[in-house]
Amino acid sequence: MRRAPLLPALGLAALLAWLVGYPLLLTLLEALGGSKGWTLHWFGEFVHRPDEWLALWRSLWISAASVALAALVGIPLAFLFERTEFPGRRVLGAIVALPVALPPLVGVIAVLFLYGESGFVSRAVQALLRLEDPPWRLTGPIAILLVHAYSMYVYFYLFTRAGLARLDAALLEAAASLGAGRWRALFRVTLPLLRPALAGAALLTFMTALASFSAPYLFGGGFRVMTTQIIASKLNGEVALAQVETVMLAGLALLALGAMRRADRMVSVGTGVRGIAPARRQLRSPLARGAAGLFGWLLAALLLLPHAVLLLVSLVPAFTWTSEAFPPVLNLGNWKSLVTASEHMRPLVNSLWMGIVATALALAIGFAAARLASLRSDRMRGVLEGMIAIPWAVPGTVFAIALAATFSVNQPWLGRFVLIGTPVLLPLAYVVRDLPLTGRAALAGLRQLDPALEEAAASLGAGRWRRLTRVVLPLLRPALAAGAGLAFITALGDFIVSIVLYTFDTRPISIEILSNLRLQDLGMAAVYGVLLMLASAAAFLLWGQGEAR
Amino acid sequence: MPFLTLDRLDKSFNGNPVLRGLSLAVEKGEIVALLGPSGSGKTTALRMIAGFETPDRGRILIEDADVTPLPPERRRFGMVFQHYALFPHLTVGENVAFGLAGRSASRQETARRPQRVAEALALVDLPGFADRRVGEISGGQQQRVALARALAPEPRVLLLDEPLSNLDPALRERTRRELKSAIQRVGITTVLVTHEQEEAFHLGDRVAVLQDGVLHQVGSPEDLYERPATRFVATFVGRASSLPCVLEGDGAVWVPYPPGDAAGPVRWSAVRAPEAEGMGPGEEAALVVRPESLAFVAAGNPQALAGRVIERRYAGPVTYYQVALAPGGEVEVLAPSGVAAVGDSVRVAPEPRGPAPRIFRRNR
Ligand SMILES: Nc1ncnc2c1ncn2[C@@H]1O[C@H](COP(=O)(O)OP(=O)(O)OP(=O)(O)O)[C@@H](O)[C@H]1O
Ligand SMILES: [Mg+2]
Repeated sequence: MRRAPLLPALGLAALLAWLVGYPLLLTLLEALGGSKGWTLHWFGEFVHRPDEWLALWRSLWISAASVALAALVGIPLAFLFERTEFPGRRVLGAIVALPVALPPLVGVIAVLFLYGESGFVSRAVQALLRLEDPPWRLTGPIAILLVHAYSMYVYFYLFTRAGLARLDAALLEAAASLGAGRWRALFRVTLPLLRPALAGAALLTFMTALASFSAPYLFGGGFRVMTTQIIASKLNGEVALAQVETVMLAGLALLALGAMRRADRMVSVGTGVRGIAPARRQLRSPLARGAAGLFGWLLAALLLLPHAVLLLVSLVPAFTWTSEAFPPVLNLGNWKSLVTASEHMRPLVNSLWMGIVATALALAIGFAAARLASLRSDRMRGVLEGMIAIPWAVPGTVFAIALAATFSVNQPWLGRFVLIGTPVLLPLAYVVRDLPLTGRAALAGLRQLDPALEEAAASLGAGRWRRLTRVVLPLLRPALAAGAGLAFITALGDFIVSIVLYTFDTRPISIEILSNLRLQDLGMAAVYGVLLMLASAAAFLLWGQGEAR
Repeated sequence: MPFLTLDRLDKSFNGNPVLRGLSLAVEKGEIVALLGPSGSGKTTALRMIAGFETPDRGRILIEDADVTPLPPERRRFGMVFQHYALFPHLTVGENVAFGLAGRSASRQETARRPQRVAEALALVDLPGFADRRVGEISGGQQQRVALARALAPEPRVLLLDEPLSNLDPALRERTRRELKSAIQRVGITTVLVTHEQEEAFHLGDRVAVLQDGVLHQVGSPEDLYERPATRFVATFVGRASSLPCVLEGDGAVWVPYPPGDAAGPVRWSAVRAPEAEGMGPGEEAALVVRPESLAFVAAGNPQALAGRVIERRYAGPVTYYQVALAPGGEVEVLAPSGVAAVGDSVRVAPEPRGPAPRIFRRNR
């Protein structure tokens, strides 16, 4: 087909550069002294402070350990659900994947309510052993890793299942006919073929753990990782140091993105021939089938328990649950107050309007960028695709700091305006965070679109606009809906960016949850948590439908 | 004056020439088949006519008007894609109506649209299919919907890219006949691409043979088979064997040449076609001969070349015999079934009732 016009592509690239690249660049410049004269002083400061190195090191090892733990849970779970057949497999298999779209903060408070020092499990243990004090406190690296394992196994689970479903049964049959037993086939055929999927899951987990903020913030205490260190520096007023830390974290993340790109390339190398996926093994003995079923159910229950607990806690009225092992009063008061008390309604309304606006903008920009990128084959394509991908690789904390710095100065001729403290900045930040979700969904959809369809439309007399509205958009609708669903839930449940950029007028759900926790109003925090949980489940189902097509 | 003219089209991708000086004139209402092996540039040529690719050099004309700079949506050329490219989100009827909606959608036209969809579907023998979903109909029916969709806006030229290659062989022949009769009923100027000779011969009024982006010959099927212009056409269209030979002045040749040990070269008289011009006596050349232009003969025939049957391909009343000649070289001979078995010693000579053997320069 003819190439897309250059002018709109240039305009869009400029818009993306202003939103995505420019704030990061400014942060780097200001960390180097910027307008006040070049200096390496703050980098020197970073290098000389042991606690900075410690935070960097902790970010690294926590991320690596998160990968290991998530793999340990996710891979066996994937094999269980993809390779064996037992009653309830389909439904459970889908439910186990639900947390993939759950906002991290919700996972954190769910774990808190279950395993925290005043959570159900510790209260039960305390009551059982008649202890004076709670048996443990959920803090430090162990707590962070627990939350990470709980929320990030999903990546390994989904990637491994997809990889297993793609395997060609003929390869396993060939291995068997060459005399390979079950274990040999697993280690010599299945796992090597899964390597790209596992590498992809590992890197995704690593990046997510590196960017993780909610868990270290709520459970870390004195145990600081890079993301919490940045926020602490900023709260201490050491803005330049915070910017240096931000640059370091962004650099680390971009290194990981490079590795991810390479893994992506590995994924695309395949046998070329796609056969039929291996059949599920029907476990022959009823005993084995029962055991597999029981194991599957137990594991699923364990993984989903925190979310059920959230629902229960949402029924606990404020300040009624003190020392009892089980909450003495349960009613719908918290839920009712959502409608009756405007201060409870407000964060919901805020998050909703910001989420809708951000999703709509991110959808429009992301689709336009993907479309122009797919129509062009020159460098512009790389630029557009890169701009879409960057906010996905760079931790939210980095963007929060960068946007705060960029939009705290009034220099209109440099594209900088004072937006901090206005209700504009937070939704704008959501747009940036959402861009990769909508943009990548659009790119993937466009890549799958048979170019002959658009050519057919053109040969039937349809111009550019009619091809777009009558052929491309209708066919991309599932992919775009999926991307929009994920983008909406990301904005709705965002904590990382909000904590830096919110104002009183834009106070979102996550900030309200935080203040509820501070006030010990667990029930109200749980209500918001349940709402986010439901929204994320809906987004996930939408996503699943988009994928299925 | 021809209706559609391709004028010296050049196209290369990343520096690799894919089409070299392609010129072709198609009369109004004529069906021209582009035939060639895989990678010869057939699809590229068709996509250039449709406007999906821009030629590096050369022009495409409709009557006198240069359409080269027009984008595909303004050319009014209908195209049937190899995989049909039916819109999966629209029904059969909506697919067919897609091209009717365009520019001049006056109220009258809009009112007539369902009727025109019905007419187009009736043309391809699918009346009443308008409300079906595209995914619910068979491959052959999809092919016909694609044709109806391309024809509905009454295009000036119809383009088809391997229209039958997606069908299984049993369906292919019937669909081919239906396709031909639908095109003939409309009487539209048509260019179609295929790599199957049988398809090209059946559908095309004329056939254009492409190889490596070069047009070798355009002509009726009889022209191509009986009077191939190049050695490539002679061997690509129909079956033929090639033997080295040396020319004589009087229309005879010595084959096979250089002489082998035992039998030595044999003189074949009166096989040299008058077209083999520009070659003089004593020149080495290639003799290309069809299986039906050779026969088994008795010993003592002065034109006989000795050989041994190495393979048989049975085809009912006749059989193709692959014969390794004693002086070297192989030929294929068409003879009644059962006259020879594998391993038999035979003698081969020209059969005057078949198409005359052709002489080409060695390097062509
Ligand atoms: N868009 C493109 N970019 C680069 N090379 C191309 C492109 N389209 C075609 N080619 C090359 O041009 C040559 C001719 O391709 P074309 O598709 O026209 O052949 P064809 O005759 O239709 O072959 P087939 O019978 O296999 O369909 C091939 O070598 C192909 O690799
Ligand atoms: Mg082709």
